[in-house]
Amino acid sequence: MVVGEPRPAGADPVFDIRGLSLWYPGDKQALRDVSMRIPDKQITAFIGPSGCGKSTLIRCLNRLNDLIPGVRTEGDVLFEGASLFAPELDVYLLRKRIGMVFQKSNPFPKSIWDNVAYGCKLQGISGRAELDEIVERSLRGAALWDEVKDRLHDSALGLSGGQQQRLCIARTIAVEPEVILFDEPCSALDPIATAKIEELMQDLKTEYTQVIVTHNMQQASRVSDYTAFLYLGELVEFGATEKLFLNPEKQQTEDYITGRFG
Amino acid sequence: MERHLDQQLETIRQDLLRMGGLVEGMILEANRALVERDETVVDAVLDQDREVDRLEMAIDDRCLQALVRNQPRAIDLRFLVAVMKIVNDLERMGDSAVNIVQSVHQLNQEPPLKPYIDLPDLSRLVRDMVRRSLDAFVRRDVAMAEAVCREDDEVDGRYKQLFRELLTYMMEDPRTVSRCLHLLLIARNLERIADHATNIAEDVIYYLEGRDVRHSLARAETPGEPPA
Repeated sequence: MVVGEPRPAGADPVFDIRGLSLWYPGDKQALRDVSMRIPDKQITAFIGPSGCGKSTLIRCLNRLNDLIPGVRTEGDVLFEGASLFAPELDVYLLRKRIGMVFQKSNPFPKSIWDNVAYGCKLQGISGRAELDEIVERSLRGAALWDEVKDRLHDSALGLSGGQQQRLCIARTIAVEPEVILFDEPCSALDPIATAKIEELMQDLKTEYTQVIVTHNMQQASRVSDYTAFLYLGELVEFGATEKLFLNPEKQQTEDYITGRFG
Repeated sequence: MERHLDQQLETIRQDLLRMGGLVEGMILEANRALVERDETVVDAVLDQDREVDRLEMAIDDRCLQALVRNQPRAIDLRFLVAVMKIVNDLERMGDSAVNIVQSVHQLNQEPPLKPYIDLPDLSRLVRDMVRRSLDAFVRRDVAMAEAVCREDDEVDGRYKQLFRELLTYMMEDPRTVSRCLHLLLIARNLERIADHATNIAEDVIYYLEGRDVRHSLARAETPGEPPA
């Protein structure tokens, strides 16, 4: 199998990662010549032990690593055919197209309604009716509407952890991105809240390309269509999830997923 | 890194080998019963069959526990899936051995038809397949498993030959029909055991390499009733 080959027939890759290497300050190399293509409207999971580079890699996809001074990269990432590192690229516009949900839910200390409408307001949408419609559509999309529709103007901080995480997903989809990146979205959630997020990811599949970093292998095998295994900054194996978990090509992958090291 | 799961898998492996050893012994005893017209083994084979049945359920249960408690992946998962299928085949082999000793009991009600040569030969060939399918499992030997699959053709050929021979006997002298039918049933049960050994060898290949070779390795169709 050629690493990075798997993709559904006819679907173009959304991300085409080409020979990507990344160094943190102090010449600490976090990614080593990673090449892979992330398919459209599928869920791709990055797995690997702590420090393998999976979070670094997902943060390259919306240039979040820019926020760390002294980070150096080689290689390229094409997003729908255009380089993410092109000097003329508007990073803010990019992050509208590529939303992200983090490990720790981070709602703004505002009302539920304000949290969801915030991004749209920044984009200049000001009509109350239009915003109401976006808020409802986004909350429904994040499977949260029924739980919060009667208290839209209560503080978002009063929601449970799982609800807050779904609120963050609602906030992300309110600005209609093309891609949603999830960085350990469930690691602070109980199994039921986790199951709701995972169900939601399946529902979102028809409209969004999703990439998830998870240290929970069961989660990767449950939710993803494709799985990439990274180790020491290298992409060891990338393939269809059922193949990778049932019959991996590489011994390193097998050792990791069967718990023989890690 | 030694894992807790490794101990569970080792116990399953040991139980499976014990079950395999019992089944091999039953096939051997069934052959001895035929050749020596020995009725005394019947009860022993029935006892062994009960033990085989018990092991089938015990191993299945251990596999389920390992699955539910560890959510195993990759070769661990393939091992457990293969074992659950292998115990099923071994259990069926045990039933076939019981069928054979029951036929022997019927045969012994009449004088022997002739000295048995082909059936003990077939039995030896089949036992060899059973033993090697299990050896391939223990030694993780794909080449050996593939060889077992190929041998099934030889067994099928011998079975057809026996079928024709017994048919000739029956046509020549209808008084032999009852004995010939029991001999044919024995041959049929041996041929079935070889099919189960082939299944085991296929499961071994799946366990070791993740390849599903069922219905794909070149071998003749399982004989239904061969053409007269």
